[in-house]
Amino acid sequence: MNNLLAAPVLLCLLGAGITFLAGRHPLLQRTVSITAVVAVCAVAGVLVWLTDSTTVVLWVGDWPQPLGIVLVADRLAALMLLVASLVSLAVLIYSTGQDRDERRRETPVSIFHPTFLLLVAGVSNAFLAGDLFNLFVSFELLLFASYVLLTMGGTTERIRAGSVYVVVNLVSSALFLVTLASVYAATGTVNLADLALRLGQLPIELRSVLQVMLLGVFAIKAAVFPLSAWLPHSYPTAPAPVTAVFAGLLTKVGVYAIIRTQTLLFPSQPLTVLLGIAGAATMVIGILGAVAQVEIKRMLSFTLVSHIGYMVFGVSLATVDGYAGSIFYAAHHITIQATLFLVAGLIERVGGSTSLDRLGGLAKLSPLLGALFLVPAMNLAGIPPLSGFVAKLALLEAGVEVGSPLAWTLVASGVVTSLLTLYAMAKVWNRVFWGTASDAVVANARSYDSPDRGRLLPHLMVGSTLGLVALALVFTVAAGPMYDYVHRSAVALLDRSYITAVLGGAG
Amino acid sequence: MNAANLTLAITAGLVIACGVYLITERSLSRILVGVVLASNGVNLLFLVASGPAGGAPIIGLTPADRMSDPLPQAMVLTAIVITLSVAAFVMTMAYRSFQLNGNDEVDDDVEDARIAALAEADRTSDSFEELGFSDTGEDVVSE
Repeated sequence: MNNLLAAPVLLCLLGAGITFLAGRHPLLQRTVSITAVVAVCAVAGVLVWLTDSTTVVLWVGDWPQPLGIVLVADRLAALMLLVASLVSLAVLIYSTGQDRDERRRETPVSIFHPTFLLLVAGVSNAFLAGDLFNLFVSFELLLFASYVLLTMGGTTERIRAGSVYVVVNLVSSALFLVTLASVYAATGTVNLADLALRLGQLPIELRSVLQVMLLGVFAIKAAVFPLSAWLPHSYPTAPAPVTAVFAGLLTKVGVYAIIRTQTLLFPSQPLTVLLGIAGAATMVIGILGAVAQVEIKRMLSFTLVSHIGYMVFGVSLATVDGYAGSIFYAAHHITIQATLFLVAGLIERVGGSTSLDRLGGLAKLSPLLGALFLVPAMNLAGIPPLSGFVAKLALLEAGVEVGSPLAWTLVASGVVTSLLTLYAMAKVWNRVFWGTASDAVVANARSYDSPDRGRLLPHLMVGSTLGLVALALVFTVAAGPMYDYVHRSAVALLDRSYITAVLGGAG
Repeated sequence: MNAANLTLAITAGLVIACGVYLITERSLSRILVGVVLASNGVNLLFLVASGPAGGAPIIGLTPADRMSDPLPQAMVLTAIVITLSVAAFVMTMAYRSFQLNGNDEVDDDVEDARIAALAEADRTSDSFEELGFSDTGEDVVSE
């Protein structure tokens, strides 16, 4: 059963190889990549079920423990893997629908599938990695795939956005390596479980330096204010499916790494004040940025930054409820943010633009699109009874329970951010879906449903978006059992059963 | 692992500092040199982390207590491979940017500058709506 852990990474890498070779056969590429991601979803589903009773550990290559590479899945990792792979599947199907119908594509289709699979491999590996160096390698894997996806087609806009993104991530990778070297010099190991034991023996000053360095590295990836300026600059120019998968997965990998390292490696000294201030600032400043935008994709990028703040909020409390809230929020937010970017792609298709200044009246042109936008938008803002409300409520309750002045500030920022998100989403709704459509918008929408431009809303694109909307609704309906599950995973994070599970035999 | 090599540590620090300085430049080709410098500096840092130098870590060639630590070297090897591909990618991007714009500079955020200019001039964007509230419940949004 343990060998199952290698499957997500291997399946994706194998699929990437095959699709790379099959560059001239789009149908074969699509079949292979969708099969691979479906298989990853299945494996992740099994892992979620397995890890609820025991932590699954695989020592790759059978090196003497704890020297070799180890893959570990506990409840947190398995849940993130499941949600991430489901979202990747939906995005993949969406982009397939787009390929079929848009003949005038600027994206070279032949490299999209292999790169996308490499990205999923990197993300899966990051969730399963049991040592810091393997985590670094998976970050590089997913980053490299993201560089290619972001600059795909090499247009002026994308190169401009890409250069900022690449440079920022190169700096963070270099910082990660410096941190790794320091950690290894101080402890002589990079295995997470082993590190958790050995870091405890270090003097507090040294430990704090390592802790802040690790936090800084992951905060860049997760786009926590003040390290978030790169995100709204680089995300909006990419094609809709690419932005969706970036927004859903990449920042959450950073959040996952923050949760994992802070709880496992530095349990005795949570950076409550630092993380609390960063969380509140991320929420409020991010959403103020979103309110000022007139371009939907940019606005969504800012809400993405802002809502990362909620997850940081939960981590900063360092209580079981706080961590549980963060994990629930991450799972909810992966789905919802990806959905909204996919919908933005559909809006662009129907209206010919994503600028609030040019759009209008889309609700009349396509009521279905209106519904597709409204449900996730309300979910993002946290309107009861949707999962966004449940997640925010969990965090707010955890904050009130702690009751310190900082926690109250965080609770207040959370509420304000939620209201401003509602304002931003309502602004999009008013401008894009209400009012009267301009002639350009109507002409653009009319030009579809003809042989050379395909359907206005292709079945696959709408179907995959609907699937994600439905997934978020499943989170809502099953919020009880799911919250119990994340609560159990948060308890496991704090009792550090991870260490005994990984090092069990070797001690 | 007790006696760290000071010369190596200082060299690594210097090289990384030069790299960071170059990364703050605008031109992608200078940034590339900076990135390569910085990652070589980091590789040196790994050598510091591996402790005092020893013999080749091969059983039968060196007695176990005089071997150098092979793990950081494996990490450095991985890092070198990654740097190589980074260099290739950044060079391609710099060249593409040169093809498109005639330079390889990292630009400012255009949309951000536009919104900042609006704020500076104290004007609203086209999507701004004047809200009027009427008792009759007719159109509350004036277009």
